Amino acid sequence: MRRRDQRLIMIATAGAVLVAAMALTFWGLRDSVVYFVAPSELSERAQPGQRVRLGGLVVEGTLRRDADGAMRFAVTDGAVQVEVRYDGVLPDLFREGQGVVAEGSWQPGQAFEAERVLAKHDETYMPREVAEAIKQRGEWKGDTPQ
Amino acid sequence: MIAEIGAFTAMLALALSLAQGLLGLTGARNEPRAGAAAALAQSSAWIAAISFACLIALFVRSDFTVAAVAANSHVDKPLLYKIAGAWGNHEGSMLLWSFVSAVFGAVLASTRGAQTQSLWARGVGVQGLVTAGALIYTLFLSNPFARLDPAPMQGSGLNPLLQDPALAAHPPLLYLGYVGLSVPFSLAIAALIEGKADQAWAKALRPWTLAAWTFLTLGIGLGSYWAYYELGWGGWWFWDPVENASFMPWLVAGALVHSAIVTERRGSIASWTILLAIMGFGLALLGTFLVRSGVLTSVHAFAVDPRRGIAVLVLLAVALGIGFTLYALRAPKLAQPAGFAAVSRESMLVWNNFGLAIAAGVVLIGTLYPLLVEALGGGLISVGPPFFNMTVAPLLGALFLILPFGPMLSWRVGDIAASAKKLAPAALLALATMIITLVLSQWRAIPAIGLALGVWLIAGGLVYVWTRVQRGEGRMLRKLALLPLAVWSMSAAHIGAGVLTLGAVAETAFRREQAALLNPGESVDFVGRRVTLLEVGEAEGPNYSSTRANFRIERDAAVQRMSAERRFYPTSPMPTTEVGILSSIDGDLYVALGDAARGESAWTVRLYYNPLVHLIFIGAIMMALGGALSLLALARRKRSGA
Repeated sequence: MRRRDQRLIMIATAGAVLVAAMALTFWGLRDSVVYFVAPSELSERAQPGQRVRLGGLVVEGTLRRDADGAMRFAVTDGAVQVEVRYDGVLPDLFREGQGVVAEGSWQPGQAFEAERVLAKHDETYMPREVAEAIKQRGEWKGDTPQ
Repeated sequence: MIAEIGAFTAMLALALSLAQGLLGLTGARNEPRAGAAAALAQSSAWIAAISFACLIALFVRSDFTVAAVAANSHVDKPLLYKIAGAWGNHEGSMLLWSFVSAVFGAVLASTRGAQTQSLWARGVGVQGLVTAGALIYTLFLSNPFARLDPAPMQGSGLNPLLQDPALAAHPPLLYLGYVGLSVPFSLAIAALIEGKADQAWAKALRPWTLAAWTFLTLGIGLGSYWAYYELGWGGWWFWDPVENASFMPWLVAGALVHSAIVTERRGSIASWTILLAIMGFGLALLGTFLVRSGVLTSVHAFAVDPRRGIAVLVLLAVALGIGFTLYALRAPKLAQPAGFAAVSRESMLVWNNFGLAIAAGVVLIGTLYPLLVEALGGGLISVGPPFFNMTVAPLLGALFLILPFGPMLSWRVGDIAASAKKLAPAALLALATMIITLVLSQWRAIPAIGLALGVWLIAGGLVYVWTRVQRGEGRMLRKLALLPLAVWSMSAAHIGAGVLTLGAVAETAFRREQAALLNPGESVDFVGRRVTLLEVGEAEGPNYSSTRANFRIERDAAVQRMSAERRFYPTSPMPTTEVGILSSIDGDLYVALGDAARGESAWTVRLYYNPLVHLIFIGAIMMALGGALSLLALARRKRSGA
């Protein structure tokens, strides 16, 4: 093989890999991006079965356990309450009255089925997304978290 | 008084490193000036050490008149965590960053080696400016020595999750890696100013790159292990922005380790090596920005302060701006000798660089995409594990497919057919793994391919060692003993990557998870084991109280016990989970204790079976060992003057 051919092969391969990587990236970003929604936006912004992150405050006094061991609690942004079902151990930082992000999907007539529940490591920390949602509804109390 | 000494010495170190920068950059043709810059680098490191020692002393003495101590420490905390508390917070960690940068500057100044005087002096100068930048940021935007008035009687304590031996070592290791990348950056800038990047330059670059990569490997591995046993989620990698922030520099450092070899051995791809060095440090700074600015929601919650984030962004813009401008001006002038064939050791190393750099780019896009969408008014989104799994995994998979060929091919022109023949047994073994996995997993293709790739890397690495052994003379043991250290280091790192792949694929694909509600005395059957909750009791630790559950695990005839805890620290309203882990050769049984259900005596217990999970951490250790052995090989070569 001549040197020019060899260089051509390398450049062609590199180009093909690059195109494949870019295609994967854009395809991946289209399909696996998870939108953040507040409880009041859930039904309008998320299709049934679409994976979203639901953020809000856990409503006081709503945490309970189903007969099958799954946890249930309500999440609010001050306007709408959404019932969440989560079959798992809630994170250490989970508290009633505090911010939480539940990742999962909803089906009409059923509770929001969470596959993952995130509370943050720091007890003074409210998920930024939750703060945004509450601010958007004009229900924000207190200072911007430092 | 200690705080004042600390602040004063930090100031002094700043002045010294600024002088080091000026003298180094102007001392390229002036021997005494360059010598002065080197001496300043030494003194700056010692002075910064005093400053950092002052901070540790403040934490050990629990001096709550200092804001950083009051916010992060507590008199009741065990001594180890008082010391670790010095860098377990933002302010202290930035001082650590500056201190490490100053020390690296001093080491750089005292290891001139075969570099020309001008290149060496400029490298020392740029490193001085890097240290100065870090110290300016530390002193003016996050001063760890700032006083608090009135001082509280008691500190608010270190986040209990961070009170862990692994987490005491995790930040310093990561910082050694991040800051380690500043030295290749300094050397790259020096080479660009000089307009020359030769083999001696690459030789000076290699140990720094290797050291940075090794520290990053250890730091990330340790962080991952900590997340595995401390967070109680049964996972070890979450594609969290903060994890990505350390993963991107790691990928680029890995590419740099390989490209520097080509530049040193053959003098080629020097401008690419320079570009990687600039990007590696840029990503290290970007990582600091992502972690410290709080722009991305992450499982790691750090203090959010927009001013600090912007300051890091300014530093990043300055470093990258200068770097890329110089690169655009000077890179075309760098000599590009020695071409190579499409199949050769060089071309394989280029492919490695290509793959790792693209992977880093993809992770970067995925990490920054939410910021971009939000800035463009597209709402709040998160890019989760599915994206990274579907993009990074195929890229690394393709890279692993060609990896074993790399060491087998010779420089300039390689013989692909001969290498393929030698690697045939490894390929057969990988194929067998794939078929067996397909059958046993009921035709799940992705885990089968993943496990086959892991076996391919391990077996390919062993084949390489074997071909090198065969070249030797005498008895088997003698042949093994005479193998160059470089063969062992490379093989350890590559085989380690294979071991890690096996663990990661097996754990991700075949993990089992089950939640159970258990009263004391009740049992649940889980993955061939019978798990019985024996009793739940209270216990007291040094600065916490805990609820401890004891379990009996019956598997075939064997009976074992394990326990899991929830700990309550009085300084913090949140309990922490201390999971129970029972390791066996096939994987870990992992038990996390949840809440007692309200009004019931039953406890929620989360059971995980993580097959081959220990291979992930063993693989990471092997890779780091490979890096360390390679450093040792470079040091030996230097001593023997080769």
